[in-house]
Amino acid sequence: MKIDVEAVAKLARLGLSPEEKKLFGEQLSRILDHADTLKKLNTDKVEPTSHAIPMKNVLREDKVIPCANVDDILLNAPQAEEHMFKVPRIVE
Amino acid sequence: MKYETIIGLEIHAQLLTESKMFCACSTKFGAKPNTNICPVCTGQPGVLPVMNQKAIELAIKTALALNCKIEKSSVFARKNYFYPDLPKDFQISQYELPLATLGHLDIVVEGKKKRIGITRVHLEEDAGKLVHKGAARIMGATESLVDYNRTGVPLMEIVSEPDLRSPAEAKAFMETLQHLLQFIGVCDAKMEEGSLRCDANISLRPAGEQKFGTKTEVKNMNSFKAVFKALKAEEKRHEEVLSEGGKINQETRFFDDITEQTIGMRSKEYAHDYRYFPEPDLVPIEPSADWLAKIKNTSGELPEAKRDRFLNEYKLPEADAEVLLATPALTAYFEECLKLYDHPKTIANWLMGDLTAYLKTNNLAIEQINLTPAQLVEMLQMIDKGTISGKLAKTILVEALKSGKTIKDIVAEQGLTQISDEGEIKNIIDEVIEKNPKQVGEFRSGKDAVVMFLVGQVMKLSKGRAKPDAVQKLLRQKLGQ
Repeated sequence: MKIDVEAVAKLARLGLSPEEKKLFGEQLSRILDHADTLKKLNTDKVEPTSHAIPMKNVLREDKVIPCANVDDILLNAPQAEEHMFKVPRIVE
Repeated sequence: MKYETIIGLEIHAQLLTESKMFCACSTKFGAKPNTNICPVCTGQPGVLPVMNQKAIELAIKTALALNCKIEKSSVFARKNYFYPDLPKDFQISQYELPLATLGHLDIVVEGKKKRIGITRVHLEEDAGKLVHKGAARIMGATESLVDYNRTGVPLMEIVSEPDLRSPAEAKAFMETLQHLLQFIGVCDAKMEEGSLRCDANISLRPAGEQKFGTKTEVKNMNSFKAVFKALKAEEKRHEEVLSEGGKINQETRFFDDITEQTIGMRSKEYAHDYRYFPEPDLVPIEPSADWLAKIKNTSGELPEAKRDRFLNEYKLPEADAEVLLATPALTAYFEECLKLYDHPKTIANWLMGDLTAYLKTNNLAIEQINLTPAQLVEMLQMIDKGTISGKLAKTILVEALKSGKTIKDIVAEQGLTQISDEGEIKNIIDEVIEKNPKQVGEFRSGKDAVVMFLVGQVMKLSKGRAKPDAVQKLLRQKLGQ
């Protein structure tokens, strides 16, 4: 199965060299081919499922617990200003 | 050519929870930037989101009020895209399997009732807030600052069917929905503050045509008025393009509330490719019949049913019912009064008249006043008993609202109780007769109407504390002697 490596890379914000495009293109195609074999299975009587584990309604009470090290999160910001994450221009 | 306008709405409502959708951070508005955040809502590696029970219950409550079918099983999905307000690079939302589907909401436009279909109600999480630098908006900004406090706040999306046929209907839909959301207590629903947001899909087709025309999506409408104006402008633009034989591009357009026009946003290179897939960290929502029944019980009476009751049971005029149902707080106030005092129309008159006038002049909401329903009822009962006059009650009410004092204290302090002692009234009457010989003479010579002037003088001297009908009776007795 062919895959549009460039489109996938762009969606993932990855810059690929021509060699990488070729290499990953082939690898991704093989993965899709592999997954394709599942299509041969007759699933007429199988319920579609989104989760492998038989659990449901795992809920928490609506209660506030402040984060202990909230300021550490901002330390992840390459740039910060006024206690906010600073990002470059969004639209050109 | 005549065109028919088709509008469908996509509404986002922030749910009234204490904590976020998938983590225990506070949802409180106005906190210092990036203080209500944690590893879960900022998408740190290895964290596990867990669903907020209250958020699900509020969304189900809404779906039930919108006559939706609650799905046996609904699933969260990841909607993948890059944007700085989205720290995980995906939004947890519901896609193929939403919480609820197939409902409806009745609106009234120009006196006519119309049923608008609800396609679906689903849950998702809000994104962060961007502050743009170097320009008022994103266009032209040199850089932007991100506050993730809002990231992960529970958001409910309500999608309508393309059943709306005019900007006026769209506005009416939003107003009716706001009222309902506030009434059942699931959302503040203030468009100006962003707790209720709306995007609109609009298209035109030649009258009589079955096939839909090409639609555009209009964003950035921050008030009911803006919804109306934006759709009016976009409707006009479609009509102009189509009647000149042109074609509408399917695109997203931004409403500029200064020029009151819509502006095309540069279409993204990739038409939306969100690559939805089931969120592996969250399990399905499968509400049991018991749980649903319990949620339904918390809803209480819906606005429509209340309205019917006000009209039929309390025999209130339609205009009164309309006003009393305007805000949930006013309705609650009215019903609280009614529990203590079984005269709906009297209460309605006071609430709609003097109380509303006071609130308006002072720019207050009924939630902000100190006068309790019990206090108001006490005053109404004092009028009934003749302790105070209805006219004086108006002054007393304003005084109570202003000072926060109890009705009883005001009446006692200012000596406002009606004079029931005949002797006292008779003394005042004597004084008036003495001071107005001309009018007394006129009355005695047969000009009966003059009695009202004399009653007025007595009322004035008694500072409004005498009972006018008693005064008149006594005056006539005295002058008839």
